[in-house]
Amino acid sequence: MPESSLDIFPPKVKDICSSSIECRPSPLRQSSQSSLPLHRNYMLSTFCTEKNVQECLSHISQEVSSLGLPPVWMESGGSSEMNVVAVLNCIYDLIQLHRRGLRTLENMEVEQLKSSSNLDYLQLTSTQLKEQLELSKRENTGLLERERQLQLKVKSLQNCLKNEKEEVQKLQNIIASRASQYNHEMKRKEREFNKLRERLNQLLVDKKEKKQAIDVLNNIGRADGKRSLWKTEKTEAKHEGEMYKTLLSDYDIRQRELLLENAELKKVLQQMKKDMVSILSSKKPTLKDDQHQDDDIQADLEEEVFDSSKESVELYCVHAREKLTNSIRLQWRRLKSHVERLDNQASLAQIGRSKNTDAVSRETHEEEMDRLKLEIQQCKDFIQTQHQLLQQQLSSPYDEEKASLLSDCYMLQEKERFRDEWKTLEEQRKIFERERRNFTEAAIRLSHERKAFEDDRATWLKHQFLNLSPFADSNKPQMSKSKSAFLISKTEASAASAPEKLIKRPSDTTSPTPRCVPLTSPSTAELYPTLCLVPENRSTKPKRLTEHVEESSNFLNGNVPAQHKHWNDREDHSSHTLTKEKTSSI
Amino acid sequence: MNFSEVFKQSNQLCKVSPDGKYLATCVQYRLVVRDVSTLQILQLYTCLDQISHMDWSSDSLFILCAMYKRGLVQVWSLEQPDWHCKIDEGSIGLVSSRWSPDGRHILNTTEFHLRVTVWSLCTKAVSYIKYPKACQKGIDFSRDGCYMALAERRDCKDYVSVFVCDDWHLLRHFETETQDLAGLEWSPNGCVLAVWDSCLEYKVLLYSLDGRLLSTYSAYEWSLGVKSVTWSPSSQFLAIGSYDEKVRILNHITWKKIAQFEHIATINNTKAVVYKEVEKRPAVGSDDLSLHNITIGTTLFNTQSKYEICPPPVQVPVVKPDPDRANPKIGVSTLAFSSDSRYLATKNDNMASVVWVWDMQKMSLLAVLEQTSAVRCFQWDPRRPRLALCTGNTKLYLWSPAGCVSVQVPTEGGFQVQSLNWHCCGETLILLGKDQLCLCDDEKIGGNTPLQILNFTC
Repeated sequence: MPESSLDIFPPKVKDICSSSIECRPSPLRQSSQSSLPLHRNYMLSTFCTEKNVQECLSHISQEVSSLGLPPVWMESGGSSEMNVVAVLNCIYDLIQLHRRGLRTLENMEVEQLKSSSNLDYLQLTSTQLKEQLELSKRENTGLLERERQLQLKVKSLQNCLKNEKEEVQKLQNIIASRASQYNHEMKRKEREFNKLRERLNQLLVDKKEKKQAIDVLNNIGRADGKRSLWKTEKTEAKHEGEMYKTLLSDYDIRQRELLLENAELKKVLQQMKKDMVSILSSKKPTLKDDQHQDDDIQADLEEEVFDSSKESVELYCVHAREKLTNSIRLQWRRLKSHVERLDNQASLAQIGRSKNTDAVSRETHEEEMDRLKLEIQQCKDFIQTQHQLLQQQLSSPYDEEKASLLSDCYMLQEKERFRDEWKTLEEQRKIFERERRNFTEAAIRLSHERKAFEDDRATWLKHQFLNLSPFADSNKPQMSKSKSAFLISKTEASAASAPEKLIKRPSDTTSPTPRCVPLTSPSTAELYPTLCLVPENRSTKPKRLTEHVEESSNFLNGNVPAQHKHWNDREDHSSHTLTKEKTSSI
Repeated sequence: MNFSEVFKQSNQLCKVSPDGKYLATCVQYRLVVRDVSTLQILQLYTCLDQISHMDWSSDSLFILCAMYKRGLVQVWSLEQPDWHCKIDEGSIGLVSSRWSPDGRHILNTTEFHLRVTVWSLCTKAVSYIKYPKACQKGIDFSRDGCYMALAERRDCKDYVSVFVCDDWHLLRHFETETQDLAGLEWSPNGCVLAVWDSCLEYKVLLYSLDGRLLSTYSAYEWSLGVKSVTWSPSSQFLAIGSYDEKVRILNHITWKKIAQFEHIATINNTKAVVYKEVEKRPAVGSDDLSLHNITIGTTLFNTQSKYEICPPPVQVPVVKPDPDRANPKIGVSTLAFSSDSRYLATKNDNMASVVWVWDMQKMSLLAVLEQTSAVRCFQWDPRRPRLALCTGNTKLYLWSPAGCVSVQVPTEGGFQVQSLNWHCCGETLILLGKDQLCLCDDEKIGGNTPLQILNFTC
């Protein structure tokens, strides 16, 4: 089958050759491509036959060598055997060449497409530009036309303006001439009018039939009662004199007013000067920097201060006035410069301050920050070292676990200790409680016994009294008996209060919690039956007993946590009431 | 405020004697003299024709009645009722007649201003002054009665003649630098004469009594100029009102402008108080509009009015003058200083319903009184800073620095106040209607009159 494979391949080689050749003349490529398949088919059928193998071989080797590839067929060995390796290599090279050719072809095609599209685009743009050119040309001609028209307009307007100006000039001339004519006419008319008036006047004066006339019944005297004077030069002079007199008086008045005003103003000036002097002299010591400048001023000031006293004397002297104004002017200038200087200083200071405050604040901020940072660092270091030291200390005798254990141990120990103490205290409390109960019981018992004893005594006294007198009362000896019994009870109660106090303190300190409630409640419960346990004496003293019961019941219903105290208070109170009752009864 | 009954008068001829004791009124051809306090008729004189002008002599002894149509002047004496004097100007005519300050001479200006005839009642002597100028104010007497200034026109030039009124001696005669002199006025102290040109040129000239030109003032050129000039009673200021709607104040030392008051239609000045008169028509039922009521008239058409203070800015009604007509209704035509020279009241002609009051100490606008109708007349109280004005309706308006008040004139027959005059004592006002007059006695203004009440409401 190598034959067949060979058969297939040569056209390809040919193809490659053709393409590689045809690569250069690009316009021909299209036709060669189109002819390629035909060519191939044709070649398959006609190029190599059984007969012309040798020729084909030589042809191909020639072709191959022309392509710069190693020859496929070597005749040196004498054998006409084909070198398969060389052929295969050649084929491979040819394929490679072919592929490369195809790739270049593709590239070329793409490029061609690109360039063709480019060309199209360029053509389009060129047509557009041509159109634009056309348009702008048309526009240009339009504009030129307009410009020409405008220029024409301008020219016409200029002409108009010139005409108008001429017109204005003409009109002005006309107006001027008319005005002058009018004035002239006016004058002429006025003259004429005057002439007419004159003539009329003359005519009227000359006219006889209706003359001006005054018809007075009798002449009246002058308002001032004087007679009218003849017109003489003397009167003329007098009139002149009077006129000037009035004028003079008017001027006099005005002068006086002005004088007053001037005096006022001068006063103000003097005051101002004084103030200025004082201000300038006071600022003197404060401003050291321009001492040299102020030295001569100081001298002047002193001189002026000295002068001012004199000036009041020669106030109206021109010289003095000049001096005053000059000095004021001078001082004013100084004051002005001083104020300006102050202003400048103030502004400078302000600027400086504003700058400084900013800068300083920032600086201080930074400084402070640095300082604080440093401090923090130091503190941190401190803590670190402390930690380290602590750890060292802890780790040196035991390790950490041990330490924790130890601390736990300590805690436990402490707890246990506290618990023990608590227990002992509790026990003590219980003992105290018991003792107190015993005491109360004893007291109750004692009171019962006393009552019994009193009863006994009463009966005894009754008997005795009955024995002594036939109408004796039983109350009196009973009273005396009860009194004595009460006395005893009082002492007993006081005695009982002493241990109570002892009890009270631990109970308060140890158990303010409701835990103690069950402890105390049975005690009261016990107290109740104990009270009830003596029924034999109830008949003798029922009132007091019920009172006691009531109290206790109240006590039961009361606040439980505060029971202890209540109880104690109650005890005290009851004892107190007892004593009170006793005293009242006595 | 007390109002007297209404009296008849004609031509608004009604004057109080300079001494303030008598009131002279003209009714057609009769002259009635009344006592001001009792209004009893003291004298009744009958003239030869309808009186067109009437004036008291300075000593209140004589009354002059001029009948211009007839060219006649009749003088009556109050002391001697049967004394009479008749001056006939003859065919030369008469346009103006006035007393000389001494009250013994009468100056008659003849028709066409041919001359001024000076008649002496003492000697029957007559003297003539030729070439008087026909102008706005061509003749003025100084306040002390010593001098008379007269504007003259000779050879198309303006002159001023100063006469001594005592014997009509010509003291000074000088040419003025005016195109067409329009008026002259003595300063109240009689030492300066202000002369102003016609409205075609803004020019004010100040002459000393001896004829020296003290100063010339011109604010602008070309447009219409001076419309009115007034001296302050202190002779300190000269107020010039002009067609540009401004008042300029000159001082008496340098004769330069020291202030300028503009009459602007929109008042933005927050320091000025703007009083606006507001009318309230009393509610009238349709039944009341019967013929009977209309004939009775007065109460129906009388409207209540009061002043309201408007906060600035205030727009003042302005009437645009017709530019084609001569003497356009624009510019400051009326100026009046209060008796203490403290206030200046002005009226701008194109804001006819507004009176402006300026403070001369602060040189600023103090108050604006906007009336519902055009202001006819205003006059300062001769004693106090108090301004009375009327607008041709049935009300009298008073302004004082304390406030502003409108008073209804309580008379029958619709008395419409056309003009008013203060009595020289400043306590009585004479209100003049079309052919009636009424005295308004406001003695109680110091007491409990509305003006006082307004002080509290303002």
